[in-house]
Amino acid sequence: MAYKISESALDAIIAGLSAQCAVYAPRLLAGWGTSSDVDIVGYAKIEKGSQIAFDKKSMYSFKEAILPISQTLFYFTEDEMREPRPAFAQAVVFLRGCELHGLSRLDDVYRADGKLDFYYEQLRSNTKFIVIGCEDGFESCFCESMGASGVPACDGYILSRGDGYVLISNFDELTDLVKAEKAEQIDFTPVPAKNTLKVNVPDEIPEEVATSPIWDEYDARCIICGRCNFVCPTCACFTMQDIFYDENVNAGERRRVWASCQIDGYTDIAGGIAFRKTKGERMRFKALHKLKDHKGRYGRNMCVGCGRCDDVCPEYISFSACVGKVAKACKEVGGNG
Amino acid sequence: MDLNTKKIKKNAFRVTKVRGQTASRIRVPGGYLPAEHLAAIQEIAEQYGNGSVHLTTRQGFEIPGIDMKNIDAVNKLLQPIIEGLKINQHDPGKGYTSAGTRNIAACIGNNVCPYANYNSTGFAKRIENAVFPHDFHFKIALTGCPNDCIKARMNDFGIIGMTEPQYDAGRCVGCGGCEKACRLKSVDALELDHYKIKRDHVKCVGCGECVLACPTRAFTRSREKYYRLVIMGRTGKKNPRLAEDFIAWADEDSIIKIIKNTYAFVKEHINLGAPGGKEHIGYIIDRTGFEEYKKFALEGVVLSPKAVMNQNVYWSGVHYKLPSYK
Repeated sequence: MAYKISESALDAIIAGLSAQCAVYAPRLLAGWGTSSDVDIVGYAKIEKGSQIAFDKKSMYSFKEAILPISQTLFYFTEDEMREPRPAFAQAVVFLRGCELHGLSRLDDVYRADGKLDFYYEQLRSNTKFIVIGCEDGFESCFCESMGASGVPACDGYILSRGDGYVLISNFDELTDLVKAEKAEQIDFTPVPAKNTLKVNVPDEIPEEVATSPIWDEYDARCIICGRCNFVCPTCACFTMQDIFYDENVNAGERRRVWASCQIDGYTDIAGGIAFRKTKGERMRFKALHKLKDHKGRYGRNMCVGCGRCDDVCPEYISFSACVGKVAKACKEVGGNG
Repeated sequence: MDLNTKKIKKNAFRVTKVRGQTASRIRVPGGYLPAEHLAAIQEIAEQYGNGSVHLTTRQGFEIPGIDMKNIDAVNKLLQPIIEGLKINQHDPGKGYTSAGTRNIAACIGNNVCPYANYNSTGFAKRIENAVFPHDFHFKIALTGCPNDCIKARMNDFGIIGMTEPQYDAGRCVGCGGCEKACRLKSVDALELDHYKIKRDHVKCVGCGECVLACPTRAFTRSREKYYRLVIMGRTGKKNPRLAEDFIAWADEDSIIKIIKNTYAFVKEHINLGAPGGKEHIGYIIDRTGFEEYKKFALEGVVLSPKAVMNQNVYWSGVHYKLPSYK
């Protein structure tokens, strides 16, 4: 059911939600940019509606709320182990439509074939997702081209308009709070986001594209910092860290942390071998994983066209431009892109 | 021609190598100015000068080839610039009140530069307001980070921006980006321990390279801005030298107080018998000893608990002496 709500009603509703559970939303974080006196939007807990950043795209995605950047899986001693308490019992996460599409890609990986990842499930299945509506999107958005501009079924939807907000509630706790504000019911159907940026996305990518010269330019351009992976709502890779405490090596913990296929070490194996040494090779791996490999396994492109990797890249490498180059290369090698 | 050279120099007009010709020197605190003033500078250069302008080493403008008879007319045209840049002035319409304390120079700072730890031109203007006009020969420069693009260490007071890296281990993936940046570009103050970062605060110069390198916002900037105050650098014939560290992790207000206190120190100890009645601060400290300077400099200064002060400061520098060849 859709409701028209005011700024103060939204404040009260979010205050009510945050009293019941953790509420995460894109929020303007003062001084959080890499350079001084730069504010950026990141994911953080909120207590009132006015803390939600409606007018800017978050730099990092919702992902960190349910897939922590650094997560202790268990603590161990000689013959015992125990898991830490989960980050939250219940949570509500506000996210953009592209990110909800991103969630389905994370589900592809962490819930593949009904084999549920325990730690992912612990947070993901206890989270309600409320989509922040985008009518026009932002400069770097290309969700339309990636087929991820629609609003999938979700627990709620909110759109900021000149005269307040439209809120759709699909779960009781939220509906109760909305009703307590005596919000007016309205007819409303969310519309897909529109983008000015259009990208030609190849349907099928022939193997030969891997050896195309399009990857070479990234050898010189990319600085393999991994920001593109860390802001991505679909990147699901992690790496393991086992720690034996200095004070007592019979106790320790096992952690998993986000990994990046761009950063040194990702393809290292015993014997000092690394498979993808050049930056171009790493860019190729990332691009083809997002546009081909994931699709081969799960039937849909991994990339949802949110454009966060474009926004964050300090070297101004655009993934949407790369998708265009891949499409062109497909034609050159005789594919059907 | 009868002309009081002391007076025109104090008024920021130079005695040049061409008899009867002067040059007007325009101070631009922080070297940052609204573009509109460039039109006035062009007008003065074309109407009263020889049509050229020099960008001075301290980020001002110098308009050469001005007939000394036109000083009053030029001062009138300077007025909108002086007012526009909010330069303290005793007699409106009469040009600059003094020229001893040099233009406060600054790098572009965080108006533009991603590395800058603060708004160096803004702080430069704040200092300008606190110390100008003054006849004493003080050189002050501000730089956004320890790269020191403005060469703050060649000034009596060099102010180098610092940020205190804030580390959130929960956001760290142990990629080593910060450790590598610090080791290769700065002072090697970081090390990975159990895949997380340990920062050596004694080594850390607060440059912010770790913050810039971090791809996950595990390293962010401190809300507070900090400064390293380096003192008594100088060029010149006697004993040029780089400024040495006086206080690290200092705050803005304390720095301004210390600079103002230094004017009192110079007033007390300057040797008026020196050539032109001018003795440069650094040489005065060489004469009185650092302890005496410190007594003046720290008068009423309350440093924050974060600040670290060198109790003694020693300088080296160049002592000109030709090697003797036999």
